[in-house]
This record gives sequence, C-alpha cells and structure tokens, in this order.
Amino acid sequence: MKLKKHNVLEHVIRDISSALERSIFAEKISARPGLLQSLDARVKFVCTMALLIAVNLSHNLIVIAAVYLVVLALACSSRIPAVDFILRVWLFLPFFTGVLIIPALFLTPGPPLASLPLGLVVTRTGMTTGLFLLLRVSTSVSLTLLLVLTTPWNTVLRALHIMRVPDVFILTLGMTYRYIYLLLRIANDMFLSRKSRVVGRLSGVEQRHIIASAGTTLLSRSLNMSSEVYLAMKSRGFHGHVVTLNLFKMQKRDWIWGGLLLSLSVAAIILGR
Amino acid sequence: MHIPDGYLSPATLVFMFLLVLPFWFTGIRRLRQTLNARSAPLIALLAAFSFVIMMFNIPIPGGTTAHVTGAALAAVILGPEAATIAISTALIIQAFFFGDGGILALGANCFNMAVIVPQFSSAIYRRFANNTPIDSPKRLTGAAIGAWTGITLAAFFAGLEFGIQPLLFKSPDGSPLYAPYPLSVSIPAMVIPHALIASVAEALLTVLVIAYLRRSNPAMLESAGKPGNIGELSETGKFRTLWVAMLVLAAVSPLGLLAPGTAWGEWGTDELAKMGLKAIPEGIARLSGIWGAPLQGYNLPALGNSNLGYILSALVGVLVVSVVAWLFTRIMTIGSKP
Repeated sequence: MKLKKHNVLEHVIRDISSALERSIFAEKISARPGLLQSLDARVKFVCTMALLIAVNLSHNLIVIAAVYLVVLALACSSRIPAVDFILRVWLFLPFFTGVLIIPALFLTPGPPLASLPLGLVVTRTGMTTGLFLLLRVSTSVSLTLLLVLTTPWNTVLRALHIMRVPDVFILTLGMTYRYIYLLLRIANDMFLSRKSRVVGRLSGVEQRHIIASAGTTLLSRSLNMSSEVYLAMKSRGFHGHVVTLNLFKMQKRDWIWGGLLLSLSVAAIILGR
Repeated sequence: MHIPDGYLSPATLVFMFLLVLPFWFTGIRRLRQTLNARSAPLIALLAAFSFVIMMFNIPIPGGTTAHVTGAALAAVILGPEAATIAISTALIIQAFFFGDGGILALGANCFNMAVIVPQFSSAIYRRFANNTPIDSPKRLTGAAIGAWTGITLAAFFAGLEFGIQPLLFKSPDGSPLYAPYPLSVSIPAMVIPHALIASVAEALLTVLVIAYLRRSNPAMLESAGKPGNIGELSETGKFRTLWVAMLVLAAVSPLGLLAPGTAWGEWGTDELAKMGLKAIPEGIARLSGIWGAPLQGYNLPALGNSNLGYILSALVGVLVVSVVAWLFTRIMTIGSKP
C-alpha cells in the first residue's frame, strides 16, 4: 500500500478556511448579549492583562486553578458555549504543551512519586512542573480567548488607546486586520482555482512551484494594493494624521466589574507569591 | 515557534520586550521619516501578506511539509526595518485574535521572528547580492543561506529563552516553575528540527519567490530593501554594525536574563534571594575573567557552578553560530566587489 502523499493545495485551503471560520465564530459570540460583551473594552483589556500577569507570576497551583475557574464562570455568564470553550483550549494544548510536559514528568530529577512499567518513574518535582505548565498555559490561553470572543476587534483596537499606543499604529493594525480577510480570500481563490484544474497527483517540485507562484502573486498584489489604498486615502484627504472616534463611556457596572477583576488579580498576585 | 504564555517567566518576558523596543522604535521612525502617510497602508498590506503566507505549507524534499514565516522573504524585499514592523504586526494580530503565541510572550516572539530572522536574512542576502546583476545566481544562494540561518538562529534564541527558565525560576522544592528543560535539552530540541525542516522550507520559499520575481517583476527586486527609497547605510557598513550589535547582544543576553531573574527571586522567597544575590557578582566576575582565558578555560564542569556553566555554554553557542555564519558568508562572497 502506498503512503498517502501530502496534498499541499488541500492543506492550505483547509488552513485558510479554518482561520475564516474561527473569526466568524468570534464575531458571532461577540454579538451575543452577555456579561463581558456588555462591559467597556478598556476595562476588559486591562483586566485581561492584569489576570494574565497574575497567572504568570503565581508560584501557587491553587491560585492559578482558582483563576481558571473564574475564567470559566465568566465564559458561561457571557453565553460562550462552555463545552466549546473548554475543548478549544484543551484540544490544542496536547500538541504543544503535552509534548513538552510528558518527558518532563520522568526527566525532572526529584523524589519518586509513582512507578510505571518499563522502569519509568514519575518524580514529584516533574509532576509539579508539569501541572504548573499545564495550568498556566491553559489559563493564559483561556483568558486571551475570552477577551477575543467577547470583544469585536475594532473595539479591542480602540481600547489600545489607553495604553498610549500611537494612533498610526492602531490605524495600521486595523487596516491589517481588514486586509487579512481580503488576502485570505484571494489566496483561497487562487488555490481553489488551481485545485479544480489539477488531475492526478502533483510531484513535490510541482507543488513547491505552485506555492511559490501563489506567494509571489500575493506579494505583488499586496504591494500594488498598498499604493492603491494610499492613493484612495490621499484623495479623501488623508495626510498622515489619524482621527478616531472615541465612543467609550465608563458606566457604573464597568467600574464595579473592573474593580472586582482587578482586585482578583491583585489577590492572586499576593496569594501566589 | 510561537511561544505561548506560561512558558517564560515574567522577568524574561519583560526583558524580551525591552530588547525588541529599540527595533520597533527605529523601524517605525524610519518608515515615518521616509514614507510618511504612505507607511500605514504599506505596512498594513505587508503584515496582512505575512499573516497569510504563514498559512502556506511548503513540501520539502523528503516528504514532509512545513509552515513558513515569510520573515526572510519580507526582509529581502523590504529591508529589515520594514520587515520587523510588518512581521510584528502580523504576530500581534495572531496573538490577540488567533491565540497563536501568547500576549505577554509577544516581546519574545517578535524578537525571535521579527528581529532575528529579518536582520540576519537580509544582511546575508545583501552580502551576496552586493553589486551583482539581478539575475546572478549568487542572489539566490544568498537568499537561501540567509533564510536558513535566520530561522535556525531564531529557533536557537527560542531554545535559549526556554532553557534559561529552569536555572532561574524554581519553587522551594526544586521543581521548575516555567519551561522545565535546561539549555542542554532545549537548544537541540529547538534547533535540530528547525534546521532540518522549517529552515529548509523557509529557504525554499524565499528562493522560489525571488526566482519568480526575477522573471515577473525585476523592478521590485531592484528596489529591494527600499520601499519608497528608504535612505540607508552603505551595505558593508550596515553589515558590520549588525555583527557588532549581535555580538554585544550575545554577550549581554545571558547576563541580562540573570539580573532580572534574581530581582524577581528576591521579591519571592528568601531561599531564592540568597541564591540570586550570591550568583550575580560571582557570575559577572567569572564572565569578565573568562575573556582572557585560553580555550581550556571553557571546560564547563571545572567552573563548579552548573548555572554559570549553562549560561556560558549558551554564550559560546551564540558566538559559535554567529562566527560560523559569518565565515560561511565570507567564504561564499570572496571575489565579489566590496
């Protein structure tokens, strides 16, 4: 039996579609009426950063686990499907963190905790290290996911103002995000049209040439498009100064929730020392 | 190579942000100076391009496929400053929106992928391309070696960042709090697969795209490194500055990582404070003494301090990789006009 050869065209099309699918999912969730969706983006941004820092500073497993539970509770009250939210984080973890943790269970020197067949011994220190990594990474990823799922991207960008990020950079980020979708669609169309013309199997060399020509076309089109976009902006009066509407207004519930989450972060930092 | 949050200690993360900041600052300043209003759409489109190209799988001879970063390609076409900004923008969006790589780890990820890769790739490419005609095979060789070296070095730096964690951050019972493997494991684990697969894929894509561009759009390659004619240093001047900067960086990075580590340790438990306070002056004293020592002085077990040994081996590693890359470039470009 022959081994199935990698089909690069399908591979790329699948990756592009999953990126588009993920963003549609995020947009759908962020439009739902939920707790976090109703809060000011600046509050969410600051609290997410504070909790991230707390989780990464903490030297205490229980504190990290507690923060993870709070994150789950927040996700539920924001009408994010709980199973989906948990699976999204834990399904992706084994690929990166799992590969890292499993050898560490045996390789980290320390007192033995449990013996497995084949002479493998799980050490206590290995277990602690593995748990730290697993909890810290999963909580961090969940926190980021929570922010992204409950806040439209443009609002996240405007929230960056409070971090004194220069306007031009925020404008660039916003434009990048917009054009990512255009370029993703262009790339998707290129690969789909190519795939629909392919009969039989492509050799490695042919596949490389297709990818490279697609990359070249995409690069040329991006550069041309940047000139066109610039001219379009210029013809509408843009001369390097960015004006943004600041529609944020802090309300009572923003202060309350912001205060709550910030005190939670501070408590986590103090207890986690 | 996208490092998620949780693998690196906050002290390392802060240090990595500090390392990237000057590159962001000069990158944005130069683009603003030379391009002004044009810079926003240009960077946006290029960042979008690098985001999309990160999804491209390229089959490499041997039957496997690998994702590319496009950072080497961007550096060859745009020059390292613009590439740093474009790739960083793409990484920021990936971290926030797609959860690829941590938010706190952005400094480290941008340093590895948006600074190391473009700086090395473009310096090596330019060294080869120096005054050669646009269809010279030397340009392709330079692009390939540049891309390969850039990604391999980025993996090396990621391994260095991982490997330094268990030395500096342990709980009182000795279990590592962040990435658990020492440098002797983390560096080979990062460098070997990248050198064999990801760097090869990056080199392939870069070479193929440049080969296509030579035929389809030679004007773009002619003006390579100068989007909107960015004023720049002379080629060799730039090359030399880069190497000096890298050597300084290589010398400083382990020390820099050690210093904030102890500060955080001091802030934590007493035990760490004792360890840290003792290690610093000793470490600096030994490191400064090492430079004058003959090669046998690098005999690491003889130093008696395993932490110091690890850090030293990291330092020697950076130097060896840099010198090999430099020598190789030197040999390959012998005969080209300065």
